[in-house]
Amino acid sequence: MREDMVLRGRAHVFGDDVNTDYIISGKYKFKTLDMDELACHCMEDIDPAFASRVQAGDFIVAGNNFGCGSSREQAPLVIKHAGVGAVLARSFARIFFRNAVNKGLPVVECDTSGIQAGDELEVDLAGGKVVNITRGTEMDIVPLPAVMMDILSEGGLTEYLKNHGGFEL
Amino acid sequence: MGKTMAEKIFAAHCGREVSAGELVVAEVDFMMGQDGTSPLAIRAFRELGGERVKDPSRVALVIDHSAPSPLEGVSNLHAMMREFAAEQEVGLYDVGRGVCHCLLPEQGHVAPGELVIGADSHTTTYGAVNAFSTGVGSTDLAAAMLTGKLWFKVPESLRLELRGKLGEGVYSKDVALFLAGELTADGATYMAVEYGGEVISSLSVEARFTISNMAVEMGAKAGLMEADDKVLSWLKGRVSRPFRPAAPDRDAVYREVRELDLGGLTPMVAEPHRVDAVRPVEEVEGTPVHEAVIGTCTNGRLEDLEVAARILSGRRVSPEVRLIVAPASRQVFLEAMERGVVRALVEAGAALVTPGCGPCVGTHNGVPADGETVISTANRNFKGRMGNANAFIYLASPATVAASAVAGKITDPRRML
Repeated sequence: MREDMVLRGRAHVFGDDVNTDYIISGKYKFKTLDMDELACHCMEDIDPAFASRVQAGDFIVAGNNFGCGSSREQAPLVIKHAGVGAVLARSFARIFFRNAVNKGLPVVECDTSGIQAGDELEVDLAGGKVVNITRGTEMDIVPLPAVMMDILSEGGLTEYLKNHGGFEL
Repeated sequence: MGKTMAEKIFAAHCGREVSAGELVVAEVDFMMGQDGTSPLAIRAFRELGGERVKDPSRVALVIDHSAPSPLEGVSNLHAMMREFAAEQEVGLYDVGRGVCHCLLPEQGHVAPGELVIGADSHTTTYGAVNAFSTGVGSTDLAAAMLTGKLWFKVPESLRLELRGKLGEGVYSKDVALFLAGELTADGATYMAVEYGGEVISSLSVEARFTISNMAVEMGAKAGLMEADDKVLSWLKGRVSRPFRPAAPDRDAVYREVRELDLGGLTPMVAEPHRVDAVRPVEEVEGTPVHEAVIGTCTNGRLEDLEVAARILSGRRVSPEVRLIVAPASRQVFLEAMERGVVRALVEAGAALVTPGCGPCVGTHNGVPADGETVISTANRNFKGRMGNANAFIYLASPATVAASAVAGKITDPRRML
């Protein structure tokens, strides 16, 4: 397990059902593969200032069904390129969840109801805990299947397949 | 212990009996990418060190989301797809061939009992012909192109028994919207939905695609239906290879079985900006409309255009409304011309655009202005979906959209049948 599986940063709080169109709009994503360029438009339609406000290592914190909608892998990539260290949500839509792990973006399923904007959090992916430093609370992370934990800890599916030559379940 | 359709299809693709919750590595029968997702898949394929696609006959790339290209950036990504398809000898459906989810079944790429992935969330569509088909990201598509396989979690299944007889003016889109409202946007997350009951058996295969297409709007991984005689006869002339349909066992184990009586269902509309914000059309009638869209992977098939043409024949689109129609494939376009459907639509004032996804995904072909209201046959009405976050999108059946285009306001289609 790598040391960077413990992450620290501040919370940016969103609601339920944040869809992939909100994460990166279709009007931008078809034009380019330059994720840094697309990252300037991350969350634009629901929070136009997000891309300029977010600091490296910050967390996106959301309610249920984060990442619903399309299969665009640009969604986790853009979040990662915006500098976000992990996405914490009460639940995730399945394609986004899988894409995030495949691209090495930590996705953390936990009870996010007590987290408020600006709270400082510590996410221990290997230990399965989120600590809200600001409020002195602690939440358990719903564990990932072993194969997803391996893919995530090795940096994504491309690195995983290069290391293993196939899927090891 | 009995098995669901999903469990049986995964068992057939990994060589052993499996149950919901297990992780498996399975052989993929067919895989697809579109122009919003293929370029990243091609890049991932190269990063994986890929030289040759494992089986080019199992791959198709479709240029539909932004076709023809409105911008040079898009043009260059299309060129990248053409170059890759030529180099790897994989199938390419270029500009004008149609929307991927109409094309794949139409061109015989999917059959009952098969396992299909697509780098597009609406890949659930082929569940209507009994294929376990699901959306994946670009890197998963790249891995499958390279190895022919992918890992999956065998999903739990939710069985929906749809009872009753649909009334006049009520279509499969109204069923799909009603179910999204009933189950909500994450009501079937990670699950395979199995649709059954007399509502499904009474529908044509074309109409069934609409329902499986929108399974993902409830978070589902797949939206499966059984391969009955209608499906088998629809596949004749399209699929010549042998296939093995998957029927659920009588004692299959489901996460939940729900029985819903749709006998009294009326035309349904999803309000902005949520697919599950669904209400009967009566409750939103009179809302002024500026743009109306008929097409997309949900409702751009021949039957959909025919229903719209029936309503528009002898009527005119309101001068306050732009009606944009995109047939879902070239074949649909040709058949619609032969049957006089295109003439009826155009005479009534519709603007016909290239078969493709354009208006629905906000790339071109009908981006609304600030403050405008759109009624569309698409499957998503998220804020900004059509390219302008200051517009309002309602979703409805082709009949409701056509009637609303004539009246200039949201209208119950039963008034015009």
